[in-house]
Amino acid sequence: MRVNGAVESLDVQPWVSLLDALRDRLGVTGPKKGCDQGACGACTVLADGVRINACLALAVQYDGREITTVEGLASGEELHPLQAAFIRHDGLQCGYCTPGQLCSAVAMLAEHRAGMPSAVTERSGELTEAEIRERMSGNLCRCGAYNGIVDAIRDVAAQEAR
Amino acid sequence: MTTKYAETEQRQAAVKHVGRPVDRVDGRAKTTGEARYAAEHRHPGMAHAALVHATVARGRIESLDTEAARAVPGVIEVLTHENAPPMKPAPKRSLLNLSSLASGTTVSYLGTDEVHWNGQPVAVVVAETPEAARHAATLVRVTYRELPAVVDFAAEEPNAVQQKGSMIQPAGGDKGDAAVALAAAPVSVDLRFTTPPHHHNAIEPHATVAVWDGDHLTVHESTQHIAWLRRHLALRFGIPERAIRVLSPYVGGGFGGKYAVWAGTLLAVLAARATARPVRLALTREAVHRTVGARTPTVQRVALGADAGGDLTALIHTSVAMTSRIGGMPEGVVSPSRHLYDAATIHLRQRLVRLDLLANTSMRAPGDSVGSFALESAMDELACELGMDPVELRMRNEPARNPMDGKPFSHRMLREAYEVGAERFGWRERDPGAGSMRDGRWLVGMGVATAYHPSMVMPAAVTVRMDAGGEVVVRCALQEIGVGAATVQAQIAADELGVPLEAVRVEIGDSELPEGPGAGGSAQTASGAEGVLAACRKLKESALALARRSPDSPLRGRRLDDLEARDGGLHHGGDGETYAAILARAGRDHLEAGGRTGMLKFLARALNDRRRWVKAACGAHFCEVRVDQDTGEVRVSRWLGVFDIGRVINAKTAAAQLRGGIVMGIGMALSEASQVDPRTGRIMNPSLAEYHVPVHADVPPIDVQWLDVPDPTMPLGLLGIGEVGITGVAAAVANAVRHATGKRVADLPITLDKLL
Repeated sequence: MRVNGAVESLDVQPWVSLLDALRDRLGVTGPKKGCDQGACGACTVLADGVRINACLALAVQYDGREITTVEGLASGEELHPLQAAFIRHDGLQCGYCTPGQLCSAVAMLAEHRAGMPSAVTERSGELTEAEIRERMSGNLCRCGAYNGIVDAIRDVAAQEAR
Repeated sequence: MTTKYAETEQRQAAVKHVGRPVDRVDGRAKTTGEARYAAEHRHPGMAHAALVHATVARGRIESLDTEAARAVPGVIEVLTHENAPPMKPAPKRSLLNLSSLASGTTVSYLGTDEVHWNGQPVAVVVAETPEAARHAATLVRVTYRELPAVVDFAAEEPNAVQQKGSMIQPAGGDKGDAAVALAAAPVSVDLRFTTPPHHHNAIEPHATVAVWDGDHLTVHESTQHIAWLRRHLALRFGIPERAIRVLSPYVGGGFGGKYAVWAGTLLAVLAARATARPVRLALTREAVHRTVGARTPTVQRVALGADAGGDLTALIHTSVAMTSRIGGMPEGVVSPSRHLYDAATIHLRQRLVRLDLLANTSMRAPGDSVGSFALESAMDELACELGMDPVELRMRNEPARNPMDGKPFSHRMLREAYEVGAERFGWRERDPGAGSMRDGRWLVGMGVATAYHPSMVMPAAVTVRMDAGGEVVVRCALQEIGVGAATVQAQIAADELGVPLEAVRVEIGDSELPEGPGAGGSAQTASGAEGVLAACRKLKESALALARRSPDSPLRGRRLDDLEARDGGLHHGGDGETYAAILARAGRDHLEAGGRTGMLKFLARALNDRRRWVKAACGAHFCEVRVDQDTGEVRVSRWLGVFDIGRVINAKTAAAQLRGGIVMGIGMALSEASQVDPRTGRIMNPSLAEYHVPVHADVPPIDVQWLDVPDPTMPLGLLGIGEVGITGVAAAVANAVRHATGKRVADLPITLDKLL
């Protein structure tokens, strides 16, 4: 398995979740455990660029795959545009859901670019606020930083469009 | 107005950082995954623990079979009341030792065969891996001799007893004879409201990593009160406080759920002692619901009488809430009715039932959040009866002094908040008729409600150190639960000392630091600010004293009150010196100052303050909902909150706090409820899949505004913002739904079955 570009070799029992493998075995603690049952999205990571709930994935299923966590989003010291936008728009409070929100947002923008529709997609295909809210609804934020998160994503999407 | 803060006021003429929308200092750590939360600390040899929960509400454990659990590879120990080392009992509650309030319950975990609630931990499995611990926990077999239990809140209501008042919180009160006035009132409403239990559901579940080194204990914990936790652990484990270090630099949300000390924390420490291993106990989401208290359910009656012009002649607000036989906090449910309306007569009572359930605890704006739902819904209903605009009804009854006792408000600008809000929200475009506004298949409704939350200050010890290079370190064991604790105190210190924001570092989250207040009661920022202001002043006095020793200093003969702190030093007009120059001349490499308020002094001051003032943050919520004409689905489509919260330190984090309260209030209004099985006392929806907190799609853009007028009695004039945002929210939604549909929903949450 490659985690944030580095090859990691792990010997785990078949019942170990990808989330526990990352957090407890590899010390990659960016992905968070909020519910351990796919209800909160705090554990969202990218598997070959696609967002998944790492708590619902078994580590052994991801043998040989490319996993990106929040730790892998920045390029060295330079933050990913979404990370910078989350800070600028205050799209976070306690920070615990933030890694999942960020990974989810990265993949969500890619899904939209690829033309994948959501339940609220209109003919124009424009990335409206309603689209972002719909597509991000798998990531809970109990602090209620939703407005800031949506603003940050819109900001980055607009930058990308330019 | 006290002189102390009036002076502060003038000095603030030169503010540079306070009030600005400064980015969080920990934004980078939180967006890169660098921030480490309690469960993410690893120690060599660390073992993992899992809880076994009782499945009966009350009884005695008859037998425990741990054989199968012990046989699981990797299991180190299974602790039960038969083999666990003893803990000392929970301390008696006393207002002179506020940390005695830290006990979540009075139960001696694993120290008794008695079961007090359905979910109480009856065994702890410690294993080499978290998976082994969790699996083995499912194999522990327990049999019980069940005893009769009282678990049905609704059924127990007739047996409620009068709640006792305290110095801090009276439980009732009368002004005139409200019953007589109500009977005589030409217009009246009399409504019964219910609110269900709510769980905090911070996204980070409670977690503890406990490490014993001889008689020295280190605890990585997700806590809202480092000082209380340390004191509580010292009491329960019989070791001195100085032998305990609590580390809690990042807390993944709290909302009251991490204020007290609950079973998981104590059992992690106990398990680490019993196994002589570092132990991590990260609660599952279910275990959070089973072992951490929730907000009490309530039943409330609000009856209002008015004359034909809308002047309130009677206000009756009574409540029934719960505590547990094993503890729990009696809530001030009718508290909003003490402060909001100038009614000619008022009757307030709070009653309690004691149940065989886990002790309830404070959750964001205890009392005020649920109490404001009832009072503010009833006011709206009265406005309907009167055919009067609900804003106008509120303004007609806006008191000049505190209604119950005539005390002055230190500050109250609710009228201005409503004026600003009505204009900004377009309130005048509202057609008052129920169901009169439509947008296609959606019925559109607009509602208002008042937000109100008392303000207070707790003791905080703070030190400030400045070195010759100009770096400033502020130290206080504050908790960062998402409020921007370090960020706002850095802004305050930078302004007080007249140094760049980048020069200030704030150290928090560690019991080795000077003792901080808890992150609760909307008091952390004000309390910390008071400490920072005092320490900065002392530091400037030390700098001035050093300067005045030198005949060459331009500050010679000056008093601190004549000087301005700016540009890295102290100045009087064009004359002045930098701290660096003062330190260099004196041959010193740093200056340090600090102070703390003792508990007795704090209590004396707090009581004196209470005698003189009623102080609170308040605000006006404006809500627009859309209700599907066929399905009854309710969507919140617009929100405006205008708040009177005194001075705002950080425009960015303040807006976030206020919005966060409103979002939690939307959850309370439309979806949140913990379901307790009335037969077994077991929580039936202990998960985020079945307890529905608001998601992105539920939350519209929330416009928050504040009046930004400092309160003359609070440090820097700030009133505290953590809780006021949620108060009134559920009522504003219910009132908007009433406007859209003509239906008054008095039982939270407002689910669609109640609208069909």
